Amino acid sequence: MENETLNAQDILKVEGLRKRFPIRRGFLQRAAGWVNAVENVSFSIERGKTLGLVGESGCGKTTVARMILKLLPSDAGRIVFNGVDLCGISDAEMKPLRKQIQIIFQDPYGSLNPRMSVGEAIGEGLRMAGVRGRNATAARTEELLARVGLSARAIDRYPHEFSGGQRQRIGIARALSVEPSLIICDEPVSALDVSIQAQIINLLKDLQDQLGLSYLFISHDLNVVGYLCHRVAVMYRGQIMEHAPTEELFEHPLHPYTHLLLSAVPDPEAGKKPAVETLESEPPESAPELPEGCRFQVKCLDNDERCRRFGGALTQAGKDHFVRCWKA
Amino acid sequence: MNTENTAPAAPLEEPAAPRRTRFEEFWRLLRKNSLALAGLVVFGLFLATAVAGVFLTSGSKPVLDPSVVRLQEKLRPPLSRSDAASLKPDEIPAMGVYLFGTDDLGRDVFARMLQGAWVSLTVGFVAVGISVAIGIFMGAIAGYYGQQYVRLEQVMLAAWLLGGAALLAAGVRTLGAVVLVAGHAWLFFSISPWGVSRRKSPPPWMRIFLKGTIRVDTIIMRFVDIMLCFPSFFLILTVVALLPASIYTIMIVIGLTSWEGTARFVRAEFLSLREQDFVAAARALGVGNFRIIFRHMTPNAIAPVLVSATIGIASAILTEAGLSFLGFGVPPPHATWGNILSDGKRFIFDAPWLTFIPGAAILLVVLAFNLFGEGLRDILNPKLRQRN
Repeated sequence: MENETLNAQDILKVEGLRKRFPIRRGFLQRAAGWVNAVENVSFSIERGKTLGLVGESGCGKTTVARMILKLLPSDAGRIVFNGVDLCGISDAEMKPLRKQIQIIFQDPYGSLNPRMSVGEAIGEGLRMAGVRGRNATAARTEELLARVGLSARAIDRYPHEFSGGQRQRIGIARALSVEPSLIICDEPVSALDVSIQAQIINLLKDLQDQLGLSYLFISHDLNVVGYLCHRVAVMYRGQIMEHAPTEELFEHPLHPYTHLLLSAVPDPEAGKKPAVETLESEPPESAPELPEGCRFQVKCLDNDERCRRFGGALTQAGKDHFVRCWKA
Repeated sequence: MNTENTAPAAPLEEPAAPRRTRFEEFWRLLRKNSLALAGLVVFGLFLATAVAGVFLTSGSKPVLDPSVVRLQEKLRPPLSRSDAASLKPDEIPAMGVYLFGTDDLGRDVFARMLQGAWVSLTVGFVAVGISVAIGIFMGAIAGYYGQQYVRLEQVMLAAWLLGGAALLAAGVRTLGAVVLVAGHAWLFFSISPWGVSRRKSPPPWMRIFLKGTIRVDTIIMRFVDIMLCFPSFFLILTVVALLPASIYTIMIVIGLTSWEGTARFVRAEFLSLREQDFVAAARALGVGNFRIIFRHMTPNAIAPVLVSATIGIASAILTEAGLSFLGFGVPPPHATWGNILSDGKRFIFDAPWLTFIPGAAILLVVLAFNLFGEGLRDILNPKLRQRN
């Protein structure tokens, strides 16, 4: 990562992204401490490819997504989208770029306005995309609904009349309405039934093939990530721990945390693999202060003095394989 | 439900939930809440009465004239017949009957009640309309922009402009005008590309003007707290005593002093709505702030506002009646329920209907609005709904 050269193939390149949130206490709401939600995160997404961002709850995946969308200001770092650094531009300059990056949310119930019909919700995106006129809007809405596998009868209906999977399709249609080139999928299937999950994932894959979309796919489900993603970045407490092409990561995981995640995947062959054990420790969200050195040492069985002195640099462990552990 | 994802052209999932519009759902729940339904019925009757009252009591030759004085027919009890022999033909009430009796000047109380209904209705609706508009606006700003800081530059500019206005008001014409003109020049400079907040990298000495001083939320909500500290009825009394007595003054003053509750409701709703994914999705689409506030957030925040507005109408009617009773309301020749009540109190033992009829009317209408408002709260709150 650190020695990566500028690649014209990349649609999105994130470099050294940081975000910390204040912990406010007391009458004057002074910042009593800081939570480092995202620290020095760098990755890039190739045009037409999918990057999986994996990690446990609270590790900063969604914060990264919100910063890329500029829904949240970043503290440091660069977010280069199609050659433009999104961190340095004003809201007015961002406005035309907004259409290029869209998001699909985890919660299909909260992501649609309950007071807007499906046609209105998609029509809003179409208006932003410059589609004018009643007939053109209706035709394009039907086309988008058909693309995500819904009938045109859905247009006049309200979100509460649909199931979770159908709502997720509506959310995808809304995201597609502005013809984006990058879609951030923030755990799009984790709130759905397993059978519906497969439908949505196949839909996302088909859309990528048909429209040449790039995805940043955020998930904690490695099965899904292994199926959909071309590269995977593993995040732990705000840092990327390991970053590699999908097959490489699944076959030769180097970081103990990646081992842990892979061992947690339900697998018919799981009985054959020795399950990775970890130290009992507090979940990260309840312990804002970080340990000295490697931040995974509190959970890592194989930790010693060198972990506490570890500088925390991402090192290249193979062709296109980066890891943040001195043992690798 | 099909399990295979097929070609996108073939829709594989059909909407499953029963088709029921919001209004049908509302009506179904309202029918079950008999008190709220009774409130709605009384409200409907009140509305019809007030509208009929305008047509029956106004114009050059009204059917029921509330201002005809018949001194020989004073203090007649309800349902008494008029004495046709002693009256001129155009003084005879409709059908020759005083439905609600007459007052101390022989005026037909029924006609006066009809005229007063319109006053109560308009005062209630216009005052609440004003207060809801202000409340939604203030609450929306506090909820949506609340976490932003007001810059030192903006505070100084506001103080400068207020100072100029104060100088003008104090009679220092020349200096005040100069200050105001300079203030406006400053305002235009600050929103021009050379203004501090518009520059990409302002020089260090200018940065002090960008320093955040106080949060928008703090300004608005502390102002709400201050407004709530005044007993509003006495505030209204003071203002009405200073301004010319007219029905419009009363509407505006009631509206201007009763928006705080709405602002608090709307702010609370906005604080929770702004974190919702659909608002983030709208921002990601590039939808403007104005449209997000009024198209996405306000419709979702309107339920508690509707409830407080309904109850607000009741309290506005009550306030107007109280002001009229004290003699600060609508000036006398025009009848309102409050001043009928006030006129009647001197004859409470000789002519109790003069007190009881307007009193009962006020009670009924206020009670109806309160019951309907409470029912509305239960209907619009999904958590309080019974599942069936």
